[in-house]
Amino acid sequence: MTAPIVNVKGLTVDFGTRASKLRAVAGVDLTLAKGETLALLGESGSGKSVTLRALMRLHPRSAKIGGSITVDGRDVLTMPAGELGRYRGGIVSMVFQDPGLAFDPVYRVGDQIAEAVVRHMGGSFRDGRARALELFERVRIPSPERRLDNYPHEMSGGMRQRAMIALALACRPKVLLADEPTTALDATVQIQVLLLLRELQRELGLAVIFVTHDIGVAVEVADRIAVMYGGRIVELGPCAEVIRGPAHPYTQGLLASRAGHAIAKGARLVAIPGSPPDLANLPPGCAFAPRCNQAIEACRKSIPGPVVVEPGHFACCLRAEPAASSTSRAQALPQSAVG
Amino acid sequence: MSMDVVAALSADPRDRGGPATPLLSVRGLVKHFGRKGGLLSKGSAIVRAVDGVDFEVAKGETLGIVGESGCGKSTTARLIMQIIKPDVGEILFDGEEVGSSELDLTDFRRQVQMVFQDSYASLNPRLTVEDTIAFGPRVHGLPRRAAIARAHDLLRRVGLEPARFAGRYPHEISGGQRQRVNIARGLALEPRLLILDEAVSALDKSIEAQVLNLLLDLKDEFGLTFIFISHDLNVVRFMSDRVMVMYLGKVAEIGPAEAIFGRPRHPYTEALLASMPSMDPDNRTQEAPISGDPPNPINPPSGCRFHTRCKFATALCSRAEPPPYDVGGGHLAACHLANPESGHPRLAA
Repeated sequence: MTAPIVNVKGLTVDFGTRASKLRAVAGVDLTLAKGETLALLGESGSGKSVTLRALMRLHPRSAKIGGSITVDGRDVLTMPAGELGRYRGGIVSMVFQDPGLAFDPVYRVGDQIAEAVVRHMGGSFRDGRARALELFERVRIPSPERRLDNYPHEMSGGMRQRAMIALALACRPKVLLADEPTTALDATVQIQVLLLLRELQRELGLAVIFVTHDIGVAVEVADRIAVMYGGRIVELGPCAEVIRGPAHPYTQGLLASRAGHAIAKGARLVAIPGSPPDLANLPPGCAFAPRCNQAIEACRKSIPGPVVVEPGHFACCLRAEPAASSTSRAQALPQSAVG
Repeated sequence: MSMDVVAALSADPRDRGGPATPLLSVRGLVKHFGRKGGLLSKGSAIVRAVDGVDFEVAKGETLGIVGESGCGKSTTARLIMQIIKPDVGEILFDGEEVGSSELDLTDFRRQVQMVFQDSYASLNPRLTVEDTIAFGPRVHGLPRRAAIARAHDLLRRVGLEPARFAGRYPHEISGGQRQRVNIARGLALEPRLLILDEAVSALDKSIEAQVLNLLLDLKDEFGLTFIFISHDLNVVRFMSDRVMVMYLGKVAEIGPAEAIFGRPRHPYTEALLASMPSMDPDNRTQEAPISGDPPNPINPPSGCRFHTRCKFATALCSRAEPPPYDVGGGHLAACHLANPESGHPRLAA
């Protein structure tokens, strides 16, 4: 196995002032192999987007980031400004939820892509425009020459997101970070963009971290799924195993509460009770314990560590059944979990 | 609908038309925007937001409305509520024309309420939770003390303990709790029809299930009728007795939920259903059912509005608009393929 391209260890992100402090990410470990797609699945406030942004160091200076992030052999958290500028877009780039906000509204989309290309890869502006055209064809924007001269507001939502992906890929990054890239799109457009991302990932050998709140979307794109809750990864494993054999009660609850077609008319959904945790006021033990129907006294005392339920699949839950062959807890994780 | 619900409804003293009369009938509804040529409009840009929509909602049922952005589902809801005035069309509530001498707007709005997507924007930030819920009843003449008592009762019904929540302001509670307040406010005038416009779309998945269950409980308890608008097909399927699929201001298909989801007759409905993520890691979606974005409702395509994205489209489809065709069992599809007499070439093959 080659070294992972992304290696995050003990990541913590704190926001706030002395008066009110808030730990948005409370110790995240994850690795990403070359060419692998990992979905970070969670609800608002679970820490999924904050984790993603930390990988690009997009947080304001006031945010305190702890732990270590290594991407393609570079230490991201200690990188000086000049190197950070080359790293962003050159090694790692990002696709945001709202492409309408991510583009500058007063410049033509083609020029924005060309500018990024010139900045990172040198060459003339004309070369940059040629690369932009190539990218527009790659992401299958119809009549690409004409569309390069569009302003962002002249494109539909789906097309803007394709253009955003083109911009993200402009400087041949190795890692693509996608923050809910299809959430704002219509259903028939969402599936097109998901398929495009999957195809690009495969053909360009990209490593992708895909943040979403939608299990269905995660299943369409991910090799592995990491479920986040209260600033921590509570379950991580190969996509099929997490969906078919969820080991954490939160994952189980999320899957059970889906309004699918198998439910009889007039029946009720199996809902998770309570509300998501208040990050400024987390319980001492497992953050999910107050809402968990399997919680025992020990759950409220200390934060549970990972339990390996299958090779490469762990859940941070005291009630999780360890894999038969492995009696150990928190061993060889999560490095062995590359799918 | 079970028999006891029918019995409960017919016992409702407000029921004027009897159980067979639809609670809501919408006929030939049209709303175009921007005709007068505003500051930024070039020439005669007309947004055909709702362009000839007919449907009925029976007493005690849930009609789900699905469709993509720009299909006119939210405009339809606002037209029903009389928040905006239709250009053409008739809205009958329990057999009586809305806005006529039989049923004036005040009386109508007491019976029809709406819950919006954005739980924060739809609440007055300067009113406490109890004042928000009591506001409507007070406007309609209930004394303050009685209105507050009703607000507390409703808070309890939506799962918010009045002692903890009555005095709070919208920014002091979570999104899920705010949407419960919006639902309580919607029920404060004891309406008969509740329009839910993407009411659970902004909620976290674990909260969404709680609110959907709550809505079903309240529907049974108060004998309500729902219009449930959502882009989430799973949720619409779960909630609805009948489903209406809209595309660019028109009804593409309407019918019983099982028929729409089990045997859709309009290619657009089929594409929408096929666009849902598969939830099966071994059997992922390999091909997008349709390409491109929904066209702009400013200049919708001629003939069948879906023909530009439809894999079965022929010259007939771009020329002639298919009228809704009854395929049986109260299931109507506006597609030439649904009508054996339409002359669509695929039918001859």
